[in-house]
Amino acid sequence: MEGYGRSSMKERRREVLASLEKLGYDVYRTIESGEFPYVSMPSRSTRNILYDPKLRQYVLGGQTVKRTARNIRHLRPLTQLIWVATIAHQLCSQGKTSTLRDVFYMAQAFEVDFVDQYESDDIITDLETVVGLPREDFNIYPEERSSIFGDLTIEYTVPGYEGRRINLLSHPDGFVIGPTLSTAEFVECGAERVIVIEKGAMFTRLVEEKAYEKFKAILIHTAGQPPRASRKLIRRLNRELDLPVYIFVDGDPWGMHIAMVIISGSANAAHITDLTTPDARWAGVYASDITRYKLPSDPLTEIDVKRLYELKNDPRYRSGIWSKEIDVFLQHRRKAEQEAFSRYGLSYIVDVYLKERMEELG
Amino acid sequence: MSGQEFREISPSEFFYRHREIVGFTNPARATYTSIREFVENSLDAAEAIGVPPDIHVTLMRDEGFEFEVYRLRVEDNGSGIPGEYIPYAFGRILYGSKHTLKQMRGIFGLGGKMAILYGQITTNRPVHIVSSTGGRDVYEYRLLIDVEKNSPIIVEERIHRNGNPKWRGTVVEVFLEGDYQRSSSKIIEYFKETAMANPYAELSFIDPYGVLHLFRRSTTKLPPASREVKPHPHGVDVETLRRIINSTDCKTLKELLVKSFHRVGETIADRFLKTYSLDPYRDPASLTPGEIVDLAYALKNFEEFLPPDPSCLSPLGEELLLEGVRKELNPEFAVAIQRKPSAYSGYPFIVEVALAYGGGTPQTGRITLYRFANKIPLLYDESSDVSWKVVNQVIDWRHYKIDPTRDPVAVIVHICSTRIPYRTLGKEFIADRPEIEAEITRAVRIVARRLADYLSHKRRVEKAREYFSVYERYLRKIACFSSMLTGMDEPDIDKLLRRVKRWKGMEEAL
Repeated sequence: MEGYGRSSMKERRREVLASLEKLGYDVYRTIESGEFPYVSMPSRSTRNILYDPKLRQYVLGGQTVKRTARNIRHLRPLTQLIWVATIAHQLCSQGKTSTLRDVFYMAQAFEVDFVDQYESDDIITDLETVVGLPREDFNIYPEERSSIFGDLTIEYTVPGYEGRRINLLSHPDGFVIGPTLSTAEFVECGAERVIVIEKGAMFTRLVEEKAYEKFKAILIHTAGQPPRASRKLIRRLNRELDLPVYIFVDGDPWGMHIAMVIISGSANAAHITDLTTPDARWAGVYASDITRYKLPSDPLTEIDVKRLYELKNDPRYRSGIWSKEIDVFLQHRRKAEQEAFSRYGLSYIVDVYLKERMEELG
Repeated sequence: MSGQEFREISPSEFFYRHREIVGFTNPARATYTSIREFVENSLDAAEAIGVPPDIHVTLMRDEGFEFEVYRLRVEDNGSGIPGEYIPYAFGRILYGSKHTLKQMRGIFGLGGKMAILYGQITTNRPVHIVSSTGGRDVYEYRLLIDVEKNSPIIVEERIHRNGNPKWRGTVVEVFLEGDYQRSSSKIIEYFKETAMANPYAELSFIDPYGVLHLFRRSTTKLPPASREVKPHPHGVDVETLRRIINSTDCKTLKELLVKSFHRVGETIADRFLKTYSLDPYRDPASLTPGEIVDLAYALKNFEEFLPPDPSCLSPLGEELLLEGVRKELNPEFAVAIQRKPSAYSGYPFIVEVALAYGGGTPQTGRITLYRFANKIPLLYDESSDVSWKVVNQVIDWRHYKIDPTRDPVAVIVHICSTRIPYRTLGKEFIADRPEIEAEITRAVRIVARRLADYLSHKRRVEKAREYFSVYERYLRKIACFSSMLTGMDEPDIDKLLRRVKRWKGMEEAL
């Protein structure tokens, strides 16, 4: 079902264009026959977001909503939805990309103004739901923050760069995971695993400490909650290149959840099914690491504790290491950042902690 | 008795001493009152002969004095005054044609003369009058008033041959100490409101700066003329009754009742006399002062007299009132209604109310009130007036979905009566007689309801239009985008728009 092979990106684009055009034809024909055009899609209300244990992620249930031009309250969002489809079609057919913010501003020229970017982002999510494809497939991306570094050679597919190759070791600050990189084909890979890192400073430390050599790893920096492009890239690295993925985040409920989103997705993206990496492993910082490595730590805040109890209610956190570590957090009520290992010197994190962890996780 | 004292000083002297009560308090107020008195006499003079009034007023600064003096000239096309009456008509207080019960603007016939008297005592200049009834001669007088004797002093008298075509009308010119700067806004407001209540009158005013303020007539139709009537028994006081008895030829009480009073026939006269055990054949002249007082009291309280006949009234009528309001305010919406005649204390009255909304209606943060009595605008002491009370305290505008602080709404109240219950001689505000207040309240409720209906219809139409335009705008865009997506021509949305138009509530509103 994945098959991001050599020609997969182009094929994908044809599919995307076809599904957008179908939306256009449906609307066109409905109007011509004197009926009010409408669009149906699965409901994204919280009651229709269900956890699918088989897929190990949240999915949308069977409820659908209908946006029809007959209802005056639906007219504006329906018009905006069809407009976004038009823009997505233009972007894809011209091989251009745009950010969520761009889309918000472009609307003004067509007099389909959005109140704010939340509204335009929401309509873009609607379009994802309608055609069942993530917005990255329509060449609409969020502002890029995350980056990648490691022994991987890619080949661009975007116009102007088609066929050009680059090895991701060639720039020590890392490469931004933007639209061109997301749509690139993988050509050659010298790495054996992927290490995902939450924070920029730790990513730089790992590059400096040559963790990519020591672990033969591709390093990916998510800058907090990872954008979808990064999640998708992680998934591709895992699926297409068969690389195990280790996620290294802060030792607090927020860090835990970053790892969980990479592994099994978020409720916000329940309508999209190919962003997750179920085989990825959470590699720390664990609550138990705080005592085990005697890490400098801070007390949990009220919000941290509240968040831990919320996580306890999430079916994905009810077993294994997740539930065990939540309990440890609630026991000692302390948290630690990735950088806490610096108390043992700059190389400790790579030479001792990650080494031990990799061995433990196999 | 005050009647006794009254005759010991001349009326001229009385008003000279108490001029502030008739509106000559200070030079500014005197300027306004003088203009107003002459203009109102002119309006009456034209209406008396059924002619649409043409009134031209000029106020000029006269530099020949050490203080602020103006020459005021008022010219009309009214009936004119027969030559031999001119000296008394202008030179003697309380002499005039207005002492009967018929709706006219002036009642006492003294306003114009007070202006003349005021001019004389401030500038010592005679009043200059030119008048003709449209016959062979034109009379010209210069007069002074002998205050102590209450009689005219003829300074100059000339008779001219009338030209061809024959001129008819009156020109009055007085010098008076005045203050235009402080009175100009009231004077101009006075003309504007007079034009509103008299849309058939052509008014011009040249102010001391030489600026012409012109109020064109928009119709030549006059309201029906009023008829003179005898006094109604409910409205007779002791003094009036005494005068009636003194001047009558009737030999019996019953004859007096039937012949001198309004709406009293033989049957009712008999019943009245029987109720109060009065001898029908008694000679009225034999009544003692005490008996006259008792009789006046009985007349006032006998409830079987028929209500007064409103034929003596000359209301504007809904059509003319609406015309005047439209002409002067140019509103988006206007409505006028006339109430059925009613009476208070034996005096018939009719209330007419108009309401203007939007357009040129002034937005003042509250309901703008225009008050008229017998077609005269009332400009002072608004908050003491019965209409003010009704508009600001009695009516709950929220009930009509009108916000007086935001909506441009004007209410025009016209009361006509043979005797307007002014609270003061200055004729500026009307007392809250319960009968009058009730009529005004009913009338304002009716026009407010009409405005509410208009506004709700307007809102419905606007809402339907807006509703439709939303469909039009977005369906057009959807059509356009679907054409961009498919590369085909834009689909036709007319069929869909026609469907929208047929929806409930849309068809009649659009």
